[in-house]
Amino acid sequence: MSPDKLAYMANQIGKFFVSQKREDGVASIADHITKFWDPRMRRDFLAHLDEVTLDPMVRQAAERLKTPA
Amino acid sequence: MTLIKEIDYGTQAQSATKLVTLEVDGHAVTVPEGTSIMRASMEAGIKIPKLCATDTLNSFGSCRMCLVEVEGRNGTPASCTTPVAPGMKVHTSSDNVRRLRRGVMELYISDHPLDCLTCSANGDCELQDTAGEVGLREVRYGQEGANHLDAPTDGSNPYFDFDASKCIVCSRCVRACEEVQGTFALTIEGRGFASKVAAGMNEPFLTSECVSCGACVQACPTATLMEKSVVELGQPEHSVVTTCAYCGVGCSFKAEMRGDQVVRMVPWKDGKANHGHSCVKGRFAWGYASHPDRILKPMIRDKIDDPWQEVSWDVAIARVASEFKRIQAKAGVDSIGVITSSRCTNEETYLVQKLARAAFGNNNTDTCARVCHSPTGYGLGKTFGTSAGTQNFDSVEQADVMMVIGANPTDGHPVFASRMKKRLREGAKLIVIDPRQIDMVRMPHVEASYHLALRPGTNVAVMTSLAHVIVTENLIDENFVRERCELDAFSDWAAFVAEPRHSPEALEKTTGVPAELVRGAARLYATAGNGAIYYGLGVTEHSQGSTTVMAIANLAMATGNIGREGVGVNPLRGQNNVQGSCDMGSFPHELPGYRHVSGEGVRSIYEHEWGVKLNPEPGLRIPNMFDAAVDGTFLGLYVQGEDILQSDPDTHHVSKGLKAMECVVVHDLFLNETANYAHVFLPGSTFLEKDGTFTNAERRINMVRRVMAPKAGLADWETTMAISNAMGYPMNYQHPSEIMEEIARTTPTFAGVTYARLAKESVQWPCNDANPDGSPIMHVDKFQRGLGHFVITEYVPTDEKIGPRFPLLLTTGRILSQYNVGAQTRRTANVVWHPEDVLEIHPQDAEDRGIHDGDWVRLASRVGDTTLRAVLTERVAPGVVYTTFHHPVTQANVITTEYSDWATNCPEYKVTAVQVSPSNGISQWQEQYQDLTVKSRRIAAVPAK
Ligand code: SF4
Ligand code: SF4
Ligand code: SF4
Ligand code: FES
Repeated sequence: MSPDKLAYMANQIGKFFVSQKREDGVASIADHITKFWDPRMRRDFLAHLDEVTLDPMVRQAAERLKTPA
Repeated sequence: MTLIKEIDYGTQAQSATKLVTLEVDGHAVTVPEGTSIMRASMEAGIKIPKLCATDTLNSFGSCRMCLVEVEGRNGTPASCTTPVAPGMKVHTSSDNVRRLRRGVMELYISDHPLDCLTCSANGDCELQDTAGEVGLREVRYGQEGANHLDAPTDGSNPYFDFDASKCIVCSRCVRACEEVQGTFALTIEGRGFASKVAAGMNEPFLTSECVSCGACVQACPTATLMEKSVVELGQPEHSVVTTCAYCGVGCSFKAEMRGDQVVRMVPWKDGKANHGHSCVKGRFAWGYASHPDRILKPMIRDKIDDPWQEVSWDVAIARVASEFKRIQAKAGVDSIGVITSSRCTNEETYLVQKLARAAFGNNNTDTCARVCHSPTGYGLGKTFGTSAGTQNFDSVEQADVMMVIGANPTDGHPVFASRMKKRLREGAKLIVIDPRQIDMVRMPHVEASYHLALRPGTNVAVMTSLAHVIVTENLIDENFVRERCELDAFSDWAAFVAEPRHSPEALEKTTGVPAELVRGAARLYATAGNGAIYYGLGVTEHSQGSTTVMAIANLAMATGNIGREGVGVNPLRGQNNVQGSCDMGSFPHELPGYRHVSGEGVRSIYEHEWGVKLNPEPGLRIPNMFDAAVDGTFLGLYVQGEDILQSDPDTHHVSKGLKAMECVVVHDLFLNETANYAHVFLPGSTFLEKDGTFTNAERRINMVRRVMAPKAGLADWETTMAISNAMGYPMNYQHPSEIMEEIARTTPTFAGVTYARLAKESVQWPCNDANPDGSPIMHVDKFQRGLGHFVITEYVPTDEKIGPRFPLLLTTGRILSQYNVGAQTRRTANVVWHPEDVLEIHPQDAEDRGIHDGDWVRLASRVGDTTLRAVLTERVAPGVVYTTFHHPVTQANVITTEYSDWATNCPEYKVTAVQVSPSNGISQWQEQYQDLTVKSRRIAAVPAK
């Protein structure tokens, strides 16, 4: 799927979680993407991280998704 | 089978706890204080003759037919208007009252046509019955004197006639229109002999304010107001109680039948959602079920530009299975999926998601709720712990203030709107938050205290500024918050909303709402007593839809407006079974009962029940399916009962996605717009042709009962089973009740639901050991999640912005007489009220563009354009235009964009930057699309071998 579209969606998600004070924003973003995005969307998103603009927390979440704990 | 006739007690039930015992004709009867003698008598089994009284209306006391004698009192009081008293002794049929009644009846009949044998109401006429009851044997006054026998019939309404010659001026119709429907379309004009019923300004029903709800027809004791279908087909001989298949109110109806022919649909008085009321759609617009456009044979074709070939069910099902298997073999297990329908029953929806999960082996199941209320699921889940409205409809009777946000109840949820209006007439206050002046802002006897006409897309800002006022003016319900909510989250939230940048004054520029209106509305909601919020798609269909739902939940918690009658947060669901389709696990990330597929515990319940290993990863949501199709990883789709091409945003993108698929299976009543891109068409069954259940917006599970055999041979659940069996995963239910048994076995909130129980009475989930009688109100002592969770709702403006090219904001909605994409209602006489979609535009914006009322205009956004006619109105603010999406010729969704809710991908239907300009006629795209439609609907003359 279009990396730009996926990045746009990820940034949208990020904008919500960034403002939640007591939540670990990075973890919440990663969790939301894991819970709601079908694996191919996650795959396409993670495969093109270098080509897209991501907000800092979203990028951290993406990195975390790339290397699951 | 018999014709169900509810008992008419003559006057309304009273709710007083104090009881009164009296004697009627020597029989003791005990009733609540305030009950009329007429009702008490009926409860004792003694029917007093009556004409102007009926138990859905306030008593009126005009006909003098119900006179009785009361020991120790002078005269003969009217039993409908006289309340009972302790020890009262009533005589209902003394010589004196019988003589008086006969005299009154004689006068009525002397001015009434004596054509009972040929009258459409013959056998169902209260005048006829009452004449019999009073023993009328002769009419001494001839019909030669002045009379109304030549009064004309008004047949202008497509569904009922008004035959004035038969009117007895009992005014039941006038009162029904006022008290039950709240439209005030009828009056009694003139006095004495000259008095008569008049619609509007003494005009035909069709052009008056009448909204064709049918309440007057039902209230009329004679053949004066009569369904045209009864005039044509005769009186019904049996009836079956079922549920309307249109909107989320879920009205109960008696389908009154002759054989397997529906004669009329009459709202059922015992229906818990509607209490005997209806709207034009459920009451009258059922003709689509037998419309000639219905496709009754399965059809296949190799390519979408081939004509359709009619085939047997076996051939069609085999084609679906072989194509889906071929695609999976080529492109992987995840390359096919399903879309379930909010119009189908719970049982059907459950089966379709089971088909995806168990037979296809993936979680690619979604529902049209994706494009309407998915943010409700996310937002209420996060704050309260479950995705559902908190109240029953009856709760509105206790509300002191209602806040209606992004909903248009009089058009979208008309029967519930009538309840709201009734409560508003009793003195409750109203706040409307909507960019457009919906009818409820000002209508007869209803006026909103505040209308916050916000700029489309600024919901979160408005909700947060309301919260700002509540927090900074100390209007918080501290006890509620302390006892029922997470305090840390509350303090964070309170500090957040209290920031000066969230004050109404600071946000006025953004939202377009004058600060004092926001302040006034916040104070009213927080202090008026019971505050109830009702919201619709104007909340959810935004890029911050989920955030607005959470902001609404925050407001309700902060003011303690949760967990009792009269309050709550209530999503008004669009389609009949939106609630149910979500409950049944239609979403790709959740199994039935809103349990995430990643949970091993819940998966193991279904793995055990279904005997297969389940996929723990979420599947594709509808918009993602189209993206994946264009990418070539999603190639097969089974769509049950949805017209995604017309209803989903960004039509060009949807059609590109559908075109890219190798096997699209449309299961529907008609060759809908999506079917233009389909390879297999499976004929569907209407709600009249199957058994099942629908769950309405108050979580009420209502029975749907089959009144005729499926016209195409299979009910929809049987078709899904056939696909599954052909795919190699056996499904062998004999009846939908067995599917419900499986749902109850596996879904804790449905554990207590059985058909046997529903046959007695509808029930609201959760219905289980903890709530054996169901749950009219949720979160009573604690929230479903334990403590209520406040969420910070930062306003993020949508990226859909106006600019020099597209300077206006388009928002969309629907109207009363049409339903969603119109597939059903466009195939009924309802088109007289809405033959085409139009564009509402403010006169100023129109003048700037040289547009006049009724002109063709081109409506363009960055993704597409269409043409339609303009209507100049001040209902929309300058800068905002509005249209509906009921007609495929207009295809409003050619204009709407790919933007969607951040959490759920629910499309942002409600905000699109557009330009409007004069036009000569339909656009090139519309012409091309009409050609495509004609071409793709060809059916080959010779069936395929
Ligand atoms: S159909 Fe409904 S709105 Fe029309 S006159 Fe009768 S009660 Fe009033
Ligand atoms: S139309 Fe029917 S309900 Fe209305 S006043 Fe006449 S008889 Fe009564
Ligand atoms: S209000 Fe809704 S459920 Fe009731 S009759 Fe109208 S469309 Fe049907
Ligand atoms: S029924 Fe009581 S006065 Fe008409």
